[in-house]
This record gives sequence, C-alpha cells and structure tokens, in this order.
Amino acid sequence: MSESMHVEVVSPEKVIFSGEATMVLTRTLGVGDIAFQANHAPFLGAIVECVTKIYTTDGGVQDLAVHGGFVEVSNNRVSILSDLAELASEIDRDRARRAMERAEETMRQGHDAEAEAALRRAHARINAAGGVDGQSGGVRPGH
Amino acid sequence: MAGGQERILRGRIRSIQATKKITRAMELIAASRIVKAQQRVHAAVPYSDQITEVVKHLAAAGGEARTPILEGRAEVRTKCYVVMTADRGLCGGYNTGVLRATEGEIKADVLAGLDYSIIAIGRKAEMYFRFRGYKITTIYNGFTDNPSYLNAKVIGQDVVRRFLDGEVDSVELVYTRFISAGSQEVVRRPLVPLDRELVSTHGADGTHGADGDHAGSAASYEFEPDPSAILETLMPRYVEARVYAALLNAAASEHAFRQRAMKSATDNAEELIKNLSRVMNRARQDSITTEIMEIVSGAEALSGDKNPHVPYVDLDAVAQPASR
Repeated sequence: MSESMHVEVVSPEKVIFSGEATMVLTRTLGVGDIAFQANHAPFLGAIVECVTKIYTTDGGVQDLAVHGGFVEVSNNRVSILSDLAELASEIDRDRARRAMERAEETMRQGHDAEAEAALRRAHARINAAGGVDGQSGGVRPGH
Repeated sequence: MAGGQERILRGRIRSIQATKKITRAMELIAASRIVKAQQRVHAAVPYSDQITEVVKHLAAAGGEARTPILEGRAEVRTKCYVVMTADRGLCGGYNTGVLRATEGEIKADVLAGLDYSIIAIGRKAEMYFRFRGYKITTIYNGFTDNPSYLNAKVIGQDVVRRFLDGEVDSVELVYTRFISAGSQEVVRRPLVPLDRELVSTHGADGTHGADGDHAGSAASYEFEPDPSAILETLMPRYVEARVYAALLNAAASEHAFRQRAMKSATDNAEELIKNLSRVMNRARQDSITTEIMEIVSGAEALSGDKNPHVPYVDLDAVAQPASR
C-alpha cells in the first residue's frame, strides 16, 4: 500500500471532494499535465480548464471537470480551488454535448473568445464524464 | 353615538389582525431563510480560508511578485465604497445601519479633500444615495437576499478593473457581518489593497482565523507558472471570494434583521388588538348601560306620571327608548 495524502476540491459554494488519495492528475497553466503523489514538495500553480483525476486510496478514480483555478500542495495536502468544478457523476452529458455543438457552431461563424471558452468547458465536461461515446463516468475501477 | 365608535373599533381590530397575519408569515419565512443563508456562509468558509492561505504563501515566498492590489498605492485620492444593503425594506435598522456608516465615511473623506465612488448593492442603497444627490458609480440589485458566486464575480471584476485603471485608489466593503442569528454588526473592511493584517493572520472576512500550522512551510514553494503570473490570476479570484463572503454575510444578516423586525411587528399587533378589544368592549358596555338607563328612566317617568293635572302624555317620546 503506497502512502496517501489528503485531497480537497473546494469551490466558493461548497467542498466538492474531500478524501484520501494516492495521486492527483491535473493540468497547470503554461506547463501542462502534472501529477502529485504523497509527500510532494510544496507547490503552487494555476490550473486551466481540464479533467482532473483523483486516484483514491480505495483504488477508484474520481474524475472531475475543473474549469480553471489553483492547486496548492503543502504538508501532504492537495487543495484544488476552483470557481467551478464538477464531479463526473454530476455532469449532464447530453447538456454538455449540446453546449459543445452550440459553441462549435458559433466558432464556425467567427472567432469568439466566449464561444471558445464554452467549447473548452464542454470538452472538459464530456471528457470527465467518460467521453462522447457514453461509457459510464464517475468512480470506476483503478487503472 | 356609542354604537358607531364600537363599529369603528371593530374595523380597526380586523385590519390589525390582517396585518398581523402578514408580518407573522414574513417572520416565519425569514426564520427559515436564516438557516439556509447561515449554511451558505459556512459552506463558503473553506474556499475563503484556503484562498487566503494561498495568497499568504504567495506573498511570503514571491518577493518579486508585486501587484498594486497587494501593495496599495502611495497616494490615495479616490476611495470606493461597496455598500451592501437589501432590495426591500421591512427589516428594521438593517439598511439604515450600513447606509449611515457609509455616509459618515464619505462625508469625512469629502472634508479631507478626497474623492469618493459608490458601488451600490441593493435597491435601498441606490435609492438612499440617489435621493441625497451622491454620485453612484455602479448599481447592482435583485440578488441581495440570495446571492450567487456569479454575482460576486461580476462585482469583483468591476472593482478590480476600476482599481487597476487607476479610477479608484482603495476599495472598502461596508456590510453587515453575521455573527449569529441573534447578533450582527455593521463592518467596514478594506478590500483593495488587501489588508496586510488580514492576509497574514486571519481568514477572509474574519470568520475563522486561518490556522498557523502551515507557517514555516512557505519558504520553498515551487511555482507554476511563475509567482507573478499566478498572482495576476489569483488576486481577482481572491477579491471575488471576499465579495462573495460579504454578500453571504449580508444576506444572512438581512434575514435575521427581517425576522426580528417582523417578530416585534407581530407582537405589537397583538398588543394593539388586546388594547383595542378592551376599549371596544368598554364602549359596548357603555352603550348597553346607557340604553338600560334610558329604559329605566322612561319607565320611572311613566309610573310616576299619576299627576291628574297633566292633560295628556306624549306617547311617542316615552315609547321610543322602551321599544329598542
């Protein structure tokens, strides 16, 4: 059994996820994908629109769509702060897909920062919820 | 006539009873909303605490990371007040407290030769300052009893933009802090530039002091991207979180104030009804007594009327009170 660390995903309105995990995978601004394991050195980063994966100690993987925010690692604790983050199980995939199509349509008519952001959000949601082909999202058996 | 007064009193009692029903309903609604609002205040604490932690670490570690939001400006010429009131009245001294505190500050600023700027949140603040001829920079309303993070985001972005543009040199929040259902207080808190004290020792909004157990670990942080880039994206988020916490506090306080105001209105209505009923009963009793007196004196007059010298008795005058 590998060592574990405490992981918290917090939005202004509530604590979205809190629990023990062995690894957290996310994506930071500028550099790209980054993974944290137990006893990581203190770290502070801005994260971008992405799918964050939390490998919980019981062997499951919790997927989340994180729409920008920050990650802080210190004292064997990972805190992810985000304005908007959703657990895979809470995502309405059909709605996300419709949003993606809408955003793509807008993008075709002209470049629009808002539509681009909407498209990125929709992509993150769909990926977190388990892809477009409709596999089950949420906690699934480990890798 | 006595009967008329009785009718008027009955009408008044009925109208007070109707008012009492309304105030009672408002009291119950406010009471149920306090609980929800309070939960939202608590739910916002972890984020607010953690983002404060992050700012703290960044401020401690990133010596080269500077932004006016953190440092402040050397010369303050324009002060901006973000005033949080309710959209509606009927909540006792809730709006007045905040507005009076703000107006006092603004008057002091004007005397000191400073310029001011008002960001009015809630219809009451807008009406108050407009009526008194103050210049209002921005108005937000329609969400004060149940604010969402999006509302805070819009306000936060507005504040940050005005500050960075140099339009204002310092921003303060004026709102009612929710301590418990029984006590709230009007507070004035610096928003931009950040209160050094607050960042270094307390959680945002003073709810819970961020614990000091991370102290000392701030030295060797890895940053990605560099501290100043993080700071640039972090500061607006921090301001938003502060605004959000203040909005939630204000909303909870509004409900608490309204509940108290409506409770005393209901109690007052009960008291009025009691007193008016007493007056009404006395009026009714008086009119009955008067009628009996009239009957008795009429009968007396009839029975004592054995004097043969009086040629006739005016039957109408005697019979009238007796027939009622």
